[in-house]
Amino acid sequence: MRDTGGHRGRGLAKSIDWKLVICYLLLVLIGWANIYASIHSSEPASIFDFDSRSGKQFVWIVTALCIAAIILFALSPRIYEGLSVPIYIFVVALLIAVIFLGIEVKGSRSWFAFGPVRFQPAEISKISTSLLLATFMSQQGYRIGRAKDFIITALIILLPMLIIVLQSETGSALVYVGFIFMLYREGLSGWLIFLVGMAILSFILTLTASPFTAILVIAAVASLCICLYSGRFRFWLIACVPLIILMACVPAIMNAWTNSIIGPEGLEALAAAEGDFAAAGIAEPWTMKVKPLYILLGVLGLTTPFVAYLGYRERSIFTHLSLLSMIAGIVLVFSADFIFNEVLQDHQRKRIEVLLGMKEDPTGVGYNVNQSMIAIGSGGLFGKGYLNGTQTTYGFVPEQSTDFIFCTVGEEWGFMGSAFVIMLYVFLIWRIIRNAERSREAFTRIYGYCVACCIFMHLFINIGMTIGLMPVIGIPLPFVSYGGSSLWGFTALLFIFIALDRNEKKYF
Amino acid sequence: MKLNRENKLIIGLCTAAAILIAKLFSIQILDDKYKMDAENNSMVYSTIYPTRGIIHDRNGNILVGNKVAYDLLVTPKEVEDFDTLAFCEVLDVTPEFVREKMQEFYRNRRRIGYQSVIMIKQLPPETYMKFAEVAYKFPGFRGQARSIREYPFNAGGNLLGYVSEVDAAFLAKHPDEYKSGDYAGKTGIEAAREEELRGEKGYNIWLRNSRNKIESRYRDGEFDKEAVPGNDITTTIDAELQHYGQMLMANKVGSLVAIEPSTGEILTMVSSPGIDVDMLADIGQHYKEISTNPYKPMFNRAVQASYPPGSVFKLVNGLIGLEEGVLTPNTMYPCSMGYHFGKSKLGCHAHKSPINFEESIMMSCNAYYCYILRDLLENPKYKEIDEALDKWREYVMSFGFGQKLGSDFPSELGGFIPDSKYYNRYYRKGGWKATTVISLSIGQGEIGCTPLHLANLCATIANRGFYYTPHIIKDSEHVTIDPKYKEKHYTMVDTTHFPKVVGGMYRAVNSGYGSGGTASVAAVEGLDICGKTGTAQNPHGSDHSVFICFAPRDNPKIAVAAYVENGGFGATWAAPIASLLTEMYLTGEISKDRKNLEARILQGDLMDRVRVKK
Repeated sequence: MRDTGGHRGRGLAKSIDWKLVICYLLLVLIGWANIYASIHSSEPASIFDFDSRSGKQFVWIVTALCIAAIILFALSPRIYEGLSVPIYIFVVALLIAVIFLGIEVKGSRSWFAFGPVRFQPAEISKISTSLLLATFMSQQGYRIGRAKDFIITALIILLPMLIIVLQSETGSALVYVGFIFMLYREGLSGWLIFLVGMAILSFILTLTASPFTAILVIAAVASLCICLYSGRFRFWLIACVPLIILMACVPAIMNAWTNSIIGPEGLEALAAAEGDFAAAGIAEPWTMKVKPLYILLGVLGLTTPFVAYLGYRERSIFTHLSLLSMIAGIVLVFSADFIFNEVLQDHQRKRIEVLLGMKEDPTGVGYNVNQSMIAIGSGGLFGKGYLNGTQTTYGFVPEQSTDFIFCTVGEEWGFMGSAFVIMLYVFLIWRIIRNAERSREAFTRIYGYCVACCIFMHLFINIGMTIGLMPVIGIPLPFVSYGGSSLWGFTALLFIFIALDRNEKKYF
Repeated sequence: MKLNRENKLIIGLCTAAAILIAKLFSIQILDDKYKMDAENNSMVYSTIYPTRGIIHDRNGNILVGNKVAYDLLVTPKEVEDFDTLAFCEVLDVTPEFVREKMQEFYRNRRRIGYQSVIMIKQLPPETYMKFAEVAYKFPGFRGQARSIREYPFNAGGNLLGYVSEVDAAFLAKHPDEYKSGDYAGKTGIEAAREEELRGEKGYNIWLRNSRNKIESRYRDGEFDKEAVPGNDITTTIDAELQHYGQMLMANKVGSLVAIEPSTGEILTMVSSPGIDVDMLADIGQHYKEISTNPYKPMFNRAVQASYPPGSVFKLVNGLIGLEEGVLTPNTMYPCSMGYHFGKSKLGCHAHKSPINFEESIMMSCNAYYCYILRDLLENPKYKEIDEALDKWREYVMSFGFGQKLGSDFPSELGGFIPDSKYYNRYYRKGGWKATTVISLSIGQGEIGCTPLHLANLCATIANRGFYYTPHIIKDSEHVTIDPKYKEKHYTMVDTTHFPKVVGGMYRAVNSGYGSGGTASVAAVEGLDICGKTGTAQNPHGSDHSVFICFAPRDNPKIAVAAYVENGGFGATWAAPIASLLTEMYLTGEISKDRKNLEARILQGDLMDRVRVKK
């Protein structure tokens, strides 16, 4: 580990973390080769043909390397801390301006067009946000637990996120959620991540199962947390679990009860009338009016004050917080339906529906994912060989050289190739985290974590999308996908960190 | 290792990566579904066309068979520079044609890609063989065998119908069964029995590589599907008789229909002028010529033309009269050159008077039938003439007139029999009486029927009172006909009345010249032909010549209707034609003393008499 030693005054070149740079170069070259593979059959030409995407990507790669060199050798790493506020303000201004001045691409206004060159400000807002976060959070006396600090931190993240949502680029905005991991490293309570996770889970449950199921799960988790915290796990097993199971059976019990009231002949008549009681000539039984959800809410309404009283007697703030979270969760469940139907846009709703299996739609939205999975799945262990992919060639897979570039990797290089690419990313992210942790300056550490979070979110969402783990969210695979903005953005993001890292090794 | 937050995050990172890799492992290695789907994506199906079913006649002769022709396919991407002149010479095409085609392919090169497209359709084998010898000089070109129709007998062009490539309108109607490039029967039997004849297409599956080139058979052809040939069909047609019928009707406009009375099977159905089978085989070339011919050869007169039946219809009126009891076979009526009512008269020709029922058929007396119709319509049994006429119509319809007979032949038309509503609309109610519609008695006026109706009438009389729906397809190995063709249809006239009519028809033919019988020309010794002439007046020129006959008198084997447009008297053209056909069917030859008659008919040319819009 000579290269990572902290000796003062190391040479320019030696102080750079070359392993990171090599990892970066590997990914960029893999991307370039696969962009060529994804387009070569429809436009057979040299990989350097500047009319084709591979040729253009070559240009982007060369310019990206120039940017990297400038960041490493021409710019002082000390400038970032001081410039982070103006850069952030400038980028936010760009983000807002693009809504009005940008061109519309696939339903979103997030691109500036200067003649043939297109540029997406959202790509550099990751850098500016990371820099400002690093600057703000590395100040003396910053404590994430303090409400004022936390709120400002949250605002720094949420402001660009919100503007990007306004550009109809919800996918890019989702990446900012990743900063939560950095916040966790910097001392944010793990409970917060847990609560966010629970919120997402109950949102999904509400949509796929029912609000009843979602609330039952929330109540079960809340009761488990309270019992675990106060050391009453056995009480939870004996008292709460049976109650939860009983509640889970309520819909079935109510249904059976309803059927016994109506009777077999009534059921037939009802089936004939397609469930219309009035048409079937049957009085609607009272069990139909009492929804299982009401019973569950009733039980919760009875038990919650009791638990709250216990918490008060034991002076347990945790109990009260848990109950509050549970109530917030229930409110969320009831608003989930509203959010899903009113707040989300059509295409986002469809993508979520397909992902959650609510709608089978192999030719519509699901078509992309299905074809992408076919391409990757057909690769097998070793793949079909470079330039021999058939699925990507015939154009079954959309956006082959940008968002779905991983299909070409999966088809032509197989499981070995795709696992290798994922391992490269894991190595890259791990290396960034490691270097960040070794850094003596909070600024470098925080910025490093921001970089790691961004790359991780892109990696997981993009590859998860191509193999059907995530909804179709159009964000690029860092360093690999075709596109100048994205490559430049990620190159700058990464190399600012490498420069910061090198700076420390050089002077300390 | 400490479980600090850094390490927790790294564990999280590894878990996330593990989830991605596990999912990749599952879809790339564990699950075969995606590989199969991918194969589906890269499979190319090449169609194997089935041979169409063969159409046999009733004696096992092949009416429609198949022969091989070759489509010349070209894969434009594989074509290199070639000697255009040599190419043109061997394939017998012009350089302009080749240039035009190649330019067309070049324009559509994006759509075509690496696919093959048809350049020349249906090359005869001889031409293709010449090409095959030098095919190595022309990379990118190859032949594809395709079976096309062949017609060993020049018989039944209109009947058989033609097969041609499906067009856009046809595809729109049958989106699932047919694809562009398929052939389908468009008219006649080919259309009516398309489902049996067409067979099932098969396919070979090939795999494309990433450059869209065909690389290999998919799993060595394990999943290929053989084409299933179409089912053969046996028609009720007698090929030789049909051919003879066409010769008899040559250069005349009209129809000749022969039915086997004991089964309702159509032995011969000629519509003249018709489509020659040579034209059928290559309908695309001749379509314009056929469709612009003023005599409309595509129009199948045997089932589509609506003619006045003429005196032949007297048989029906006579039978109805007997059934209704307005006369007996012995009823005598006078005729003085016609039937007189008020100041008008419906004329008749010179014959002895008075006459009885049989003689009225034999001599085809008009007046006799005016009496019958008048008695029918003024029958006191019915309150008013409306009711009487409708009853009469009901009788007539029971012979199959005025409606589609329901034969298995496509595009049959129903003809027309007027009812009281029709006349009430025409004359207002009460504004007409029996004498107004008196021409119905002799098959004139508002009656329309097809030659098939007349043949069916003849078969009904031959059967003494019932008929089987005429049909053209027989039961065979793969094809079972609708049971409705095996049901007897009785008329509303009691079967006991028919022998009198048969007697009259026998006497019309066999009484000898000078006896007053109208159809002596049709007599053949020993065949006991029974017939009835008709001479149908029409607004389109000379009278139509009509004749129906069956033979022999007992256990009749054939019932014939001949209808010759503008042929004049029934005895002039229709009777010889029908009797010659009958003679040929029953004896297989024409007797010596009738050779002259045959020669006159074969040479007869009435085309000039028929008025057409040219």
